[in-house]
Amino acid sequence: MDLYTIIFYLFAVITLISASVVVFSKNIVYSAFALLFTFFGVAGLYVLMMADFIAITQLLIYVGGILVLVIFGVMLTTRVISVEMRTGTVQTLPAVLIVAALAGTLIGVFWTTDWRVSSSTAGFEKTAPKIGEMLLTGYLLPFEIASVVLLVALIGAAMIARRERKASS
Amino acid sequence: MHNFIQWLQTPGLNHFLIISGILFSLGIFAILTRRNAIMVLMGIELVLNAANVNFLAFSRYTTGTLDGQVFAIFVIILAAAEAAIALAIVLNIYQNFNTVNVDEINQLKD
Repeated sequence: MDLYTIIFYLFAVITLISASVVVFSKNIVYSAFALLFTFFGVAGLYVLMMADFIAITQLLIYVGGILVLVIFGVMLTTRVISVEMRTGTVQTLPAVLIVAALAGTLIGVFWTTDWRVSSSTAGFEKTAPKIGEMLLTGYLLPFEIASVVLLVALIGAAMIARRERKASS
Repeated sequence: MHNFIQWLQTPGLNHFLIISGILFSLGIFAILTRRNAIMVLMGIELVLNAANVNFLAFSRYTTGTLDGQVFAIFVIILAAAEAAIALAIVLNIYQNFNTVNVDEINQLKD
């Protein structure tokens, strides 16, 4: 048991337990806050996979942006003052069957496939400069399209969410 | 049994893939069962994170190039766009129907 293994299991346990809390908690606020720990644990796993830049991006965008949006959504759409925070579930039994089959299939495939693991265990170092270079050379077109998509989506979201002031009222 | 303990002690590609598989299944479960639209969104975020773990695991352990990491960045960008749009729609639905339970919203206009 070296340090890498211990840290791997630490982050794995954080991720999976908090993801279970997200999915199974009856209180939507608990779910939203457990999602914070899931994103944090996944960021830790990214670091273990030598993806330092992606890990920081995950923390900045998911924890700093998406999670704040989700919590805003929770606060604006549930009656926080009353006891309306509980959210129900539907179709639990079919969903359990489907998800069990799905998880079994996925893990079975992951387990039995003989992945062609590369022999070099060196990994990457300093990923950020290389990623920046790839984004501005080979991936330039997808990068630009993604930036336009993000801009359009944010303007559209602002337009949709804005309360319309009708002239007649 | 000894092999399995040996396997547990050396985290590699399969460990990350299995974590991502479990994360994906939990996300699908949330999407299928929860009534609150925001909970469905959280399930989608879990699924996207599972996909990202897969991209990075294969990038690290099989190809040895950074293409998987670039793809993970695109996934994060689209997740941000998707969350913003979806929450705007949810807020609009709440103003019109006074509920965000997906099984009670069955009309496109009120």
